[in-house]
Amino acid sequence: MDTNWPIRVSDLHKSFGAIHAVDGISLRVAAGEIFGLVGSDGAGKTTTLRLLVGALWPDAGEIAIAGYDMSRQAEQARAHLGYLSQRFSLYEDLTVLENIRFFAEVRGLSTGEWLPRSMEILDFVGLAEFKDRRAGQLSGGMKQKLGLATALVHRPRILLLDEPTTGVDPVTRQDFWQLIIRLLNPDAEDGVAVVISTPYMDEAARCNRIGFMRAGRFLLEGPPSALCATLEGRILELRGQPLRLLRRIAGQDEDVEDARAFGDRLHLRVREKRMKAVLRRLPRRIRAGGGSLDDLRQVPPTLEDVFIDLSEDVL
Amino acid sequence: MLNSRLRSIIRKEFIQILRDPRTLAISLFIPIMQLFLLGYAATSDVRNIPMAVWDQNRTPASRALLDAFRAADYFRIAYDVGSEAELRTLIEMGRARVGLLIPADYDLRFLDGTAQVAMVLDGSDPTVGSTALSAAQLIGQAHATRILNERMQRAGATFSLQPPLEVRTQVWYNPDLVSAYFMIPGVIGMILYAITSMLTATAIVRERERGTIEQLIVTPIRSWELMVGKILPYVILALLDTLEVLAIGHWWFGVPVRGSLALLLALSGLLLLSGLGIGLYASTIANTQQEAMLISWMTLLPGIFLSGFFFPLEAMPKVLQWVSYAIPLRYYLIIIRAILLKGVGAAAIQNEIIALAVFGVAIMGAAALHFRKRLD
Repeated sequence: MDTNWPIRVSDLHKSFGAIHAVDGISLRVAAGEIFGLVGSDGAGKTTTLRLLVGALWPDAGEIAIAGYDMSRQAEQARAHLGYLSQRFSLYEDLTVLENIRFFAEVRGLSTGEWLPRSMEILDFVGLAEFKDRRAGQLSGGMKQKLGLATALVHRPRILLLDEPTTGVDPVTRQDFWQLIIRLLNPDAEDGVAVVISTPYMDEAARCNRIGFMRAGRFLLEGPPSALCATLEGRILELRGQPLRLLRRIAGQDEDVEDARAFGDRLHLRVREKRMKAVLRRLPRRIRAGGGSLDDLRQVPPTLEDVFIDLSEDVL
Repeated sequence: MLNSRLRSIIRKEFIQILRDPRTLAISLFIPIMQLFLLGYAATSDVRNIPMAVWDQNRTPASRALLDAFRAADYFRIAYDVGSEAELRTLIEMGRARVGLLIPADYDLRFLDGTAQVAMVLDGSDPTVGSTALSAAQLIGQAHATRILNERMQRAGATFSLQPPLEVRTQVWYNPDLVSAYFMIPGVIGMILYAITSMLTATAIVRERERGTIEQLIVTPIRSWELMVGKILPYVILALLDTLEVLAIGHWWFGVPVRGSLALLLALSGLLLLSGLGIGLYASTIANTQQEAMLISWMTLLPGIFLSGFFFPLEAMPKVLQWVSYAIPLRYYLIIIRAILLKGVGAAAIQNEIIALAVFGVAIMGAAALHFRKRLD
């Protein structure tokens, strides 16, 4: 059993008819590490996770979970696996505790074990006082926490989360991430290996490593800081009025590859080594065009800048 | 024998059944409703056929004939009419099924021995029509024979006239030919077959429809444990239904239980294999509960018609008779009617038992092979 790499995937392929949903994914995740699958809808994130848990059968490629080959020893592997699917997939007609009990028992927790462990995990996610409520009557965020609790009840070494915070309020999103980070325990031997898929860049930034997915492939993979570094010295932040006019003027500049609204400001991606030229002439052009400029300066690139850059490369 | 994973699935399934009172009520009450409907309404017993009479003769002789019709409870003289048009209207409106015309010279021709009466039958319902036809002929013949004998006695004969041949009938197993005795075993078979297949199909597809299957797949539950765990609660429900229908059939409708109840229950288990297999198979094809319902209905409905539930198989065209050999319910109906009404043991119905077992194992096996603990 390979304890260094709880998750090992090599050259995974899966097609649905003519669509290559997953087209050559390779991946290793260490204990205590969070790996983020980042990409827009249809990039292949959910299919990748479903292949990892054995819910789908790959066309080609190898998957080893906790050292077990998923094609031959899926049930042994699953004893170490916790999975939270994108859609709430627990029994709405069972209570919180009954749900946890069911998933604890089918994963082999004995009669004496399941209750203290279930209460412990419900305490951990903050649902202890709702243990007798039907799952169908929980709020969206509470449902996701219950899902997390059932995925964790058997102390898995591998946790796979498919867009766990989609459709959840910002406060609960924060709570949810705090829970995941507390789980990791990167220094201990028994740290959990986490793979999380997300369309949100702020969540991607919390991962130890991320893979940008598009059309079933990783376009780029590495720690967020390393990925951001690829655009170092090429992002300008622009503030002024009116934003639409500024965007048009900036977009017409020969050295600006992309101009995009980020809330009340614009992010401009500038050709390599052309930063100074743009900083010099753009304020002039804006004034000549009738706009007012409040601020124009170089900023460190965000993951969103990287993502936009990658998306355009492929187009 | 039950491991802890299997026990957990079964317990979960039972909690869900009990939390869904509507489905539970449906699965417990529908069989009773079907039983009463089919026990009473779907009867082929013909009694009290409404008759319209146009007695143009109105003599003691014609009244004696009408009394003979009254005495047999096949007919009820509902209308006394004065014209053929009136009689026709009553039959057209369906108020009367049968019309009897006694001509004006009935009593005179009676003395010659040339009397004739006319009987008009509404043949739109062949069951009623044919029963009325043969009943009327019998009543007429008996009446004629009786009058002949009376006359001969009055004329001083010392012997009475007897037809040279008489067919003496003896009806076994169901001497009064009560339809319910035939129908209720059929209802039991149909319920076992239909309820199990539909409930299991929807129970499994529900997990897929609500997305809970994804969470189940990721647990170490084995495929067979999921299958057995999902099915077993519905087997118990179906057996409860069987006992319920059997009890009402016995104590309310008076259906005899002449053979071994244990044998019947054991063989009911064999039929369950087929029903569950069909349900399981439907669940592997269907994506929604409605689809699962439809698929199981599509296989059940022709099965029920070709099983000999309503219509005798012997009267069907040869091709349909061959098709009926592929229908497990056919064998079960023979088995249950034989055990309940004839009181036979396993030896008398061994061919049907073997056929039922073969089908059960084959359908269940095919479904089990097709059942995957996966999404694709």
